[in-house]
Amino acid sequence: MLSIHVSKSRTKMNDTLLNVENLNIFFKSDKNPEPIHAVRDLSFSLKQGEMLGVVGESGSGKSITNLALMGILGDSAIIKAQECTFNNKNLLNLSEKEWQKVRGGEISMIFQDPMTALNPFLTVEFQLVETILAHIDCSKKEARERAIDLLSQVGITSPADRLKAYPFELSGGMAQRVMIAMAISTSPKLLIADEPTTALDVTIQKQILMLIKSLQIKNNMSVILVTHDLGVVSEFSERVQVMYAGEIVETAETKKLITYPHHPYTYGLLSSRPGAIETKPKSELPSIPGIVPAFHHRPAGCQFNPRCTNAQNDCLNQTIIIENGLRCLHPMAEK
Amino acid sequence: MKIFFSELYFELKKNRGAMIGVVVIIISVFIALFAPLIAPHNPTEIFADALRLPPVFVQGGRAGYFFGTDDIGRDLLSRLIYGSRISLAVGFSVVIIALISGTFLGVIAGFYGGFTDRIIMRLTDLIMSLPSILFAIVIVAVLGPGITNAIIAVSVVAVPNFIRIIRAQVMVEKNRQYVFAAKLFGASSFRIMFIEILPNCMAPLIVQASLGFSDGILNVAALGFLGLGAQAPMSEWGTMLSDARSFIESSPWMVTLPGICILVTVLSFNLLGDGLRDALDPRLKKQN
Repeated sequence: MLSIHVSKSRTKMNDTLLNVENLNIFFKSDKNPEPIHAVRDLSFSLKQGEMLGVVGESGSGKSITNLALMGILGDSAIIKAQECTFNNKNLLNLSEKEWQKVRGGEISMIFQDPMTALNPFLTVEFQLVETILAHIDCSKKEARERAIDLLSQVGITSPADRLKAYPFELSGGMAQRVMIAMAISTSPKLLIADEPTTALDVTIQKQILMLIKSLQIKNNMSVILVTHDLGVVSEFSERVQVMYAGEIVETAETKKLITYPHHPYTYGLLSSRPGAIETKPKSELPSIPGIVPAFHHRPAGCQFNPRCTNAQNDCLNQTIIIENGLRCLHPMAEK
Repeated sequence: MKIFFSELYFELKKNRGAMIGVVVIIISVFIALFAPLIAPHNPTEIFADALRLPPVFVQGGRAGYFFGTDDIGRDLLSRLIYGSRISLAVGFSVVIIALISGTFLGVIAGFYGGFTDRIIMRLTDLIMSLPSILFAIVIVAVLGPGITNAIIAVSVVAVPNFIRIIRAQVMVEKNRQYVFAAKLFGASSFRIMFIEILPNCMAPLIVQASLGFSDGILNVAALGFLGLGAQAPMSEWGTMLSDARSFIESSPWMVTLPGICILVTVLSFNLLGDGLRDALDPRLKKQN
């Protein structure tokens, strides 16, 4: 019985849900005649039921990519891609009406700060029921029952009472649970979690991530988990991609990447965690010097070369392509 | 929503002026609603034996005509009581018309911005650049005098205030994360504008509505005074004022009493409006 179940989910796992080939995002700006190149040649794919961790510093293009996937980047953005298919649907030429069906229906998103993402003037019930009614054809009563069911699914006690609450009456963790309930209310195929636990404390963080993981497995839903925290990624996601300055620098299975980071940037990120590598007592923690270059000051050649410990002359002038999930000419030696 | 109003009441209770305003408004609404029961006479009935009688408490007054009578012998008290009906109805309709159209245009201008915004805002600039009463006179002159046309004219003049206030508020609110979240959950623009954003813009709207009420009453009274509003024999305060102005020296009560009525009503709405503003604007709240 169990084996059948596993094999079933295996076959489903192999279906590619999202496939992005050479995604480029530009922003028009008033100061520069040339549009700013924010995200370069991004290619990745996501299987049904898989959790993908996306790691990178601020300004590395993680959030922009997610917004592009939701189709709400606004008029100043130019999106070019060879391919961008979601569930056999080409996302590149959807009309606004079709987008409204996809957003919230097939792709949902949860946010960094749950307290500001809920409308302060409307009750949880109103917001939850409204989302359900917008995407699922059912009566108001059924939607309400579904809302109660969802709230208990995300671990909220006495859900019927909580329905009547206003967002300010909820704690941060509870508000995030409500957001998750809203996000999964329409059984989406893909959930994008944009730093879902940054605003929450560590114990709640763990609970929320466990919740997302259990929902992922139960609903066979794909998840893109964006975070700063490699610890979070290593524990929950199947695959990781590390982003730097609008490019993917390394992508691999989580275990492999955490144990053997090849890109100097990944290595730097991992060794920046306290206790990751042995240092003398009371010495400074290792860190990556410098900051992510701004959009209009991108270096030539490898984007990471000004901060890289392995940088050599050939890193400075040629565009480096990604090979076997690694964008580096001089990777770290395997230990 | 419920919490919003109970908090509002709590804040308002601390403001004595606003509470006086509320009490006066409640009394005048009561008077207006039950005018036929309260008024001692029919407001249009002419008592040929009682021309220009002074009020009872002045020498020469006659019992039965508490505030005296006007130049053709109509009971002043009854006319004032019936007048409150008109004034309140006028204020109410002006606010409703201006509120609905102003909110609609303001939300659209603030939400879409760009070309739509420019068109709507230039129109409001146009209306605001003319003295409001002058513009109202022009509209009534075109449409023809009468209480309905006066209401339309005064509403048109009141709309720009609503548009500006709601537009500014929408421009702030539309960048909030909950709006973004609603969009990501597949909400249409219309839904975002009127279900997500609009309730969050209530505070300044309520203040403007109560101030607009007094402006409306005042402007319609002014039109009445100029003979462009309510027509005889309707007992409207502005019209009564204008009819009585030739008797200002011989029978001052005929001018004074409708004037006081306008003053008290407008003042109480302004007090309420100011109180609401203090209660709703966190920047004006006392730092304690």
